[in-house]
Amino acid sequence: MSNSSFQSLDASRIGSFVIGFVIGILSFFSCSRNQKDSVIIAGSTSIQPFAERLVEVYTQKHKNAKFNVQGGGSSAGIKTVQTGVCNIGMSSRELKPEEKGLIETVIAYDGIVIIVNQKNPLTDLSLNTVADIFAGKIKYWNEIGGTKHRINVIIREDGSGTRQSFEEKVLPDKAVTVDALVQDSNGAVREIVANDPNALGYISYGLVDNRVKALDLDSVVPTVESIKQRKYPIVRPFLFLTNCPHQGLVKNFIDFVLSADGQKLLQEEGLIPIN
Amino acid sequence: MKERLIEKVLLLIACSAIAIILLIFLFIFIEGLPVFVKTGVFKFIFSSNWAPTKGHFGILPMIIGSIFVTLGALVFGVSFGLACAILLAEFAPKGTVRILKPLIELLAGIPSVVYGFIGVVVLIPIIRNTLGGPGFSVLAASIILGVMILPTIIAVSLDALHAVPLVYKEGSLALGATQWQTTYYALIPAAKSGIIAGIILGMGRAIGETMAVIMIAGNSLKIPISLLDPVRTLTSNIALEMGYASGMHQQALFATGVVLFIIIIILNTIALLTIGRK
Repeated sequence: MSNSSFQSLDASRIGSFVIGFVIGILSFFSCSRNQKDSVIIAGSTSIQPFAERLVEVYTQKHKNAKFNVQGGGSSAGIKTVQTGVCNIGMSSRELKPEEKGLIETVIAYDGIVIIVNQKNPLTDLSLNTVADIFAGKIKYWNEIGGTKHRINVIIREDGSGTRQSFEEKVLPDKAVTVDALVQDSNGAVREIVANDPNALGYISYGLVDNRVKALDLDSVVPTVESIKQRKYPIVRPFLFLTNCPHQGLVKNFIDFVLSADGQKLLQEEGLIPIN
Repeated sequence: MKERLIEKVLLLIACSAIAIILLIFLFIFIEGLPVFVKTGVFKFIFSSNWAPTKGHFGILPMIIGSIFVTLGALVFGVSFGLACAILLAEFAPKGTVRILKPLIELLAGIPSVVYGFIGVVVLIPIIRNTLGGPGFSVLAASIILGVMILPTIIAVSLDALHAVPLVYKEGSLALGATQWQTTYYALIPAAKSGIIAGIILGMGRAIGETMAVIMIAGNSLKIPISLLDPVRTLTSNIALEMGYASGMHQQALFATGVVLFIIIIILNTIALLTIGRK
């Protein structure tokens, strides 16, 4: 029952739809920029704020350089460097034997501190006590001289460099308690501890601020000096990883980070320089 | 001739939609199969030891976590949602409905990360200070997910109630029943299949929600016993570890996806059978 005008309406409609579709696809491609002169830096959430600060300072002097800094955790950073998705991977732990083969550059050292809420009267713990708390043997604050509340233990996700460095030193052969809350960044752990009087967690020394309290470990106060001299027991390297020899913007940036200016900047932010 | 062409094109599009779903399931299943073979289906589903870096893949805590959190969300969502739909359909004055309905539809447009953020900043401290525990809990996840599925349940239930033929209501009132008796004994049973469809949709959203749950549920690996225990769901497990998982670990995450798929199919089948029994 279709007459000719109905048929032509159909054909022109389909035709215009196809043309519109093709134009849409083509304009999508015209928006992509030349990606060669931008660098993607991804990985450890411990290193992320420092990388962002370094990028900020670097791009003040080199206005054409483009960087993209992301988190995801040390293991994610290593994986994305291996697959070529990002240019520089950030890792806050040593590489495992099966991950070797990437080019590692140590940019700083950092301690991992145990943090509690500001309202918590505790100031000092022994490494064995910390191990027992994270293994779930000590469950209540009154077992270490506090209130009758439960200790809310906060850990990082499996792929975190902070977590692996921490467990290597503190829990080499015990498993972490299944009661622990899992968060996916240093910032999230710090946020929870800052708001919960019964929480206890670990973060990078460089990320401690005045909303949380860092505990002494085995009577060693965590400071730049005690970490530098390795008196403080939990120290780990911050690594920049690439899967090919440094060149271009990547080389310039890493040279800047290793230079006196870059190291001074990291030291001011709370990290330990490499010399 | 044109008619048949259009018919065939629509049939093609419908088939491709089904084909995409089948392909996704096939892909996830093939990726996850090595884990089912190596760890064994029974051990994968019923072991509570999830330690992927050491080779242990047991997802029981996450299965129980997903089920608890979804059930909790349904308790909040269905009770408040159905009550609201009944109110809007039968008891509220027209002016109120005109204001409330768009507001509820607005709730559906809020991104899940915003819900999660509000949960962390507002709800978690309240739960921690009044009820104890770390605050990150099954209760928190249930409340936030319940709010997230409210617009779905309200909208679909409202449509179902409006679709009941007017003769049901008029006949009941003519026989001397009060408005509430009419609503409870005549209208709701008549709208039952639509209401259950709304509940299924809400349940689907709750079980698949990832972002908000990661932020407020605590993500611990313990099987939750009380409402105040932290919990990890199947979706959170995948999202937390996908970024860095490789090899067997990544395959285990795909296997988790398969289990999620199957749970959703089971839940939907139960719900459809419930409608069918009417």
